[in-house]
Parts: sequence; structure tokens; C-alpha cells
Amino acid sequence: MSGRSPRDEEFSDMARYGPGEPRDSAEQVVASKVRPDSYYGRAVIKEPVWSSPEIPGYLFLGGLAGASSVLAACAQATGNRELARAAKTGATVAIGLSLAALVKDLGRPVRFLNMLRVFKVTSPMNIGSWLVSGYTPTAAVAAASALTGRMPRVGAAASGAAAVLGAGVATYTAALVTDTAVPAWHEGHREMPYLFAGSAASAAGGLGMLAVGQPAAAQAVRFAVLGSAAELTAKSLLLQRLGDVGQPYRSGLAGKLMETAEVLTAAGLTGAVLGGRNRAAAAVSGAALVTASALTRFGIFFAGRTSARDPAYTVAPQQQRLQEAAATGAG
Amino acid sequence: MSTAADVTAAGLDPAALAGYEGHPPRMGFFTDTSVCIGCKACEVACKEWNSVPEDGLQLTGMSYDNSVSLNASTWRHVAFIEQIGHGPPDATADGAHSVDGAVDAAQPDAPRWLMASDVCKHCTEAACLDVCPTGALIRTEFGTVVVQDDICNGCGYCVPACPFGVIGRRESDGGAHKCTLCYDRLGDGLTPACAKACPTESIQFGPVDELRERAQQRVSELHENGTDSARLYLQDPGDGIGGGGAFFLLLDEPEVYGLPPDPVVTTRDLPRMWRHVATAAGGLAATAVAACLGWRGSQR
Ligand code: SF4
Ligand code: SF4
Repeated sequence: MSGRSPRDEEFSDMARYGPGEPRDSAEQVVASKVRPDSYYGRAVIKEPVWSSPEIPGYLFLGGLAGASSVLAACAQATGNRELARAAKTGATVAIGLSLAALVKDLGRPVRFLNMLRVFKVTSPMNIGSWLVSGYTPTAAVAAASALTGRMPRVGAAASGAAAVLGAGVATYTAALVTDTAVPAWHEGHREMPYLFAGSAASAAGGLGMLAVGQPAAAQAVRFAVLGSAAELTAKSLLLQRLGDVGQPYRSGLAGKLMETAEVLTAAGLTGAVLGGRNRAAAAVSGAALVTASALTRFGIFFAGRTSARDPAYTVAPQQQRLQEAAATGAG
Repeated sequence: MSTAADVTAAGLDPAALAGYEGHPPRMGFFTDTSVCIGCKACEVACKEWNSVPEDGLQLTGMSYDNSVSLNASTWRHVAFIEQIGHGPPDATADGAHSVDGAVDAAQPDAPRWLMASDVCKHCTEAACLDVCPTGALIRTEFGTVVVQDDICNGCGYCVPACPFGVIGRRESDGGAHKCTLCYDRLGDGLTPACAKACPTESIQFGPVDELRERAQQRVSELHENGTDSARLYLQDPGDGIGGGGAFFLLLDEPEVYGLPPDPVVTTRDLPRMWRHVATAAGGLAATAVAACLGWRGSQR
């Protein structure tokens, strides 16, 4: 029987969240099923060193940008120039900010371009770097053309390319976080891409609702409604699959973020459906959806950290897997 | 992916898969924790040879363990587990001596002390290497996994990808660091510093094939002596990481030592992740089309 949780473990939690924040423990949840032995309560895997707000912010802004480009291309194709222009501008600003956040988080920012010295499908971060590198200039050209009215052909081509690459930018980040040993992320690898896509569409639609009025906003409203519905569905499927491993999404800081996000999404969704034609109501609903998308990414980020820190989340499912394998082997 | 030639009876040949032709045999460690005395000579030798900086000077209260865990600046870590009231773990019927400490049959509550020197596993299927976006992490001709410090941009992806929490990012230089299995010494035909310094041969270095045989022998020997709790960890090429280039003989469950009981390299699921990402991206585009179709600019 090895010791559990020395005091400094608690201190480090307090340093992170303040003294009022209780430490989540998977042990209570899983103790009944397995023996959650550990080495002095220390984590088995390493907590991600990625910092906040950079990386959760990157996940959010990348989604917002990518989905905005997808919406912009469709809006443009159907003659909705006003929405297309707003979405393209939003996409360019968002991807610019998210790139800055990404570079800032590197341990050695000047070496950012080393990301592009290889092409590696086994590394979602590598593929993502290629996607973002291709996407950023096309999104910028599309926005510049839409804003100035110059070179409409080039602008249209760029807008199409940005939509294709943008769909990748908005969703690859799901593979980025789930291709790790972090239990709350990895175990949700089937649902996370849909959650991210839905959250991105909800944010992009929300931004459109904020930026333009009717009738241009009608497409943004529909995009936001479909997106947030997909997001809520994917989220509930994800939590269902995770079971006990999903506990970090329900408690502590991450739990609060996820809960607030869900309330805001539901409110934004309702507002979009009922008040989408009223300029002010649409803007408020849009803002709620954008905020909800950001909070969701922060919630997912912090839930991952918590699940990495507590050895029970890593050990218990593996013990269970071994027990099941032994049972099938014996039976 | 792998051709028949790359798969031997001992599992995948990682160096051949990485493209080395006529490469030297795969080298690794067999750490037999049953003879570890917790002297930390390995920790010290590693620091000295590899010029690994100081990693915090603190008293943890975790037995004699003050280096806590493997990290960017701790490449060998000796774990100390005091099992008080554990009783004689595997004493033979007459209370005879067991390898992990003298056991007195008259004192069933006697404490037992487990000590184990942990290290990077140099996985056959290495998550850190798979996810590294810059190609800084490479497979060497010896089948080991090494970070090229001049390439690493400190993205930190390898850190949560490793199923053992081995690799870390160093505050002082922003780069990722871990055990190199003394790549520089190997090139000169020398034994890694930790194995060289170990006074009990708890850390054994050699070709992985040979070490696997030796480990098998040792565990059978211990079982014959009555130490039923002895087990090998990561020596099996059929496990979730394709077997470790560094593997262990343990006297209790892996989690007691802070090791995952059934680690699986995260990238085994990556093809499925990419499929879901592609479907989700397609879904996003379809959603936008659905949202935009039928729109009339003159709509009220
Ligand atoms: S133990 Fe971790 S750091 Fe070492 S090779 Fe395996 S995945 Fe990489
Ligand atoms: S921190 Fe360095 S070694 Fe680790 S994944 Fe990033 S570039 Fe590769």
C-alpha cells in the first residue's frame, strides 16, 4: 500500500486553482471497481505543458476562423456578399490571433518553422501546421479582396481554397488533443472531431449574427443553429462514452466552464431560433454562442489537465482492460 | 507498413522500419528491480555524463525519493516504495530468505521495501516520436529514441503523448529532453553511464534479444525461489507499445511503481481519429451548404 497524495500535491493544486477549489478525485468514482494503487498519488503520465490561454484560445480561434471561411464561401456562392465579407474578415483576424498564440506557446518560438521541415501524418500538429500555413494566406487574400473589391477572381479562388483548408483547420485540432495519452481526451477521440466541428460552426454563425443584420444574417443563424445542435449532441455522446473517465468534465474548473458553455449555447440556440430576425436579439444570441464555443474549448483543455494529473484516470481503465482480457481469456 | 523482413520473432525491428540498412543489433536495458539497493548511482552517473542540470532540491517526504519522477532533467529515477504491514511477500513456507529483503516468518507484518530505477522505455512503437511535428525525435540505428536538441522547437507535444510520462520540457532552454540511452557512448561501443555505475547489476545493458532471454531466466529463477510476485514488464513485443527497448522485472503491480499497467501507444488509434476528422470536416462543409441553400437576398 503506497502513500496517497502528499501535501505538496494539494499545494500545487491550490497554486493552480486557489484554495477554494477542491481537488477532483477519480478515486471515489472508480474505487469500487478496481484498486487504484499509485506511487504516492503521483501522476503516471505528464500533464500537458501547453499553457492557457494560448492553447485553448488557439483551439477556439482556429475553429472560429476555419468555420467562418466555410460559411463565407457558401454565402458568397449564394450571393450573400455582406455575410461573406464579414465572415472572411473575422476568419482572418481569428487565424492571425491563433497563430500568434501558437507560436508564443512554443518553448523556442523562433523555431516555429521547424514544423515545416518534415511532412508527417503521424503527427496531427505537423499536419495542422501545414494546414494553417496554407490556410492563413488564402484567408487573408480572400478577406482583402472582399474588403477592397479588387481582384474578384483571385478573391473567389482564395475564398474557395480557404473554405476547403478551413474545414481542416477547424477539425484537425480534435486529433491534436486526442492523439495523446491524456485519458479525458484520448478516450473521446471518436466524438471530439464532431464536437469541435459543431462548436466551430456555432461560433462562426454567432459571429455572423453579431456582424450583420437581416436578411444577410439568415444564413449565419441557420449555420449557428445546426452547429450548436451538433455540438450538444456530440458532447453528450462523448460524456456517455467516457463514463468515469469523463468526471473531469463535470467537476472543478472544467466542470464550471463546460456547464456555463452549455447554458450559453442553449440560450444562444433559443435566441437564434426565436429572435433571429430581431437585430439586437440576434446579436446577443450570437455573442452567447461565440462565448460558449470559447468556454467549451477552455473546459476541454482543463478537463484534460485534471485527468492527466490524477493517476486513477490513467490506471483504472487500464486495469479494467486487463481484467476483462483475463476474464475472456479464462472464459 | 512493415515488411516481413522487419518483423522478427522478437517483434518489430524499429531501426529497419526507420530505414537503417545493416544496422547494429537493437540495444536496450533490462532493469531487474529485485536486486536494486536504491543507491541512486545511476541517477548521479546519468547526470554527470549527460550534463543534465539540477532538477530542484527539495525533500518530498516520499521515502528516500527526492527526484520524484522522470523529467526533462531526470533521466533515471529511483522509486522507493515502503510497504508497511505488507508481510513477507513471497516467503517460502519455512520463512526463508526472499530476494526482496530478509523475511522473518515470525514477523508477518514486517515492512518490505521496493526500489526500482525507472528510465525511458525506448518503445518499439514510440508515441513521442510519432507525434513530434518537427522530426526532432528520431529512431537511431540502435533502435533507441533520441531528441535532436538543435531541431526541437519546444512545442511540447511529446510530453502528454508518452504513456509513461517520461519526456519533459525544460524550463531553462524550452526544449524537450529525455534519456538517450547514452547515444554518444553507444557509438563508441561503451556501456551507458547508468548501467556502468550500477553496483548490483540491477541495470543490465545489451542487445534486446539477449536481454529478453536473460529476463526470462531471471523471472523463472525467482519463481523457483518462491518469489511469486516477480513479473516482467514491457518485455513482450505483443503489448501496447510493441515491447520496450528498456524493460523491467517488478515485484508488485506496475501502478505501485507509478507505471501504467497496460499502456497503449496513442497513435494506434490515429487512423480512426483522422477518419473521424475527415468526416467531421465534410460535415462542417455540408452544414454550411445546408445553411446557405435557398437564401434570397430579398428575404424579409
Ligand atoms: S517511454 Fe515515452 S519518451 Fe520513452 S520512447 Fe516511449 S513514448 Fe518516448
Ligand atoms: S517538444 Fe521538441 S521533441 Fe517534443 S514533440 Fe515538440 S519538437 Fe518534437
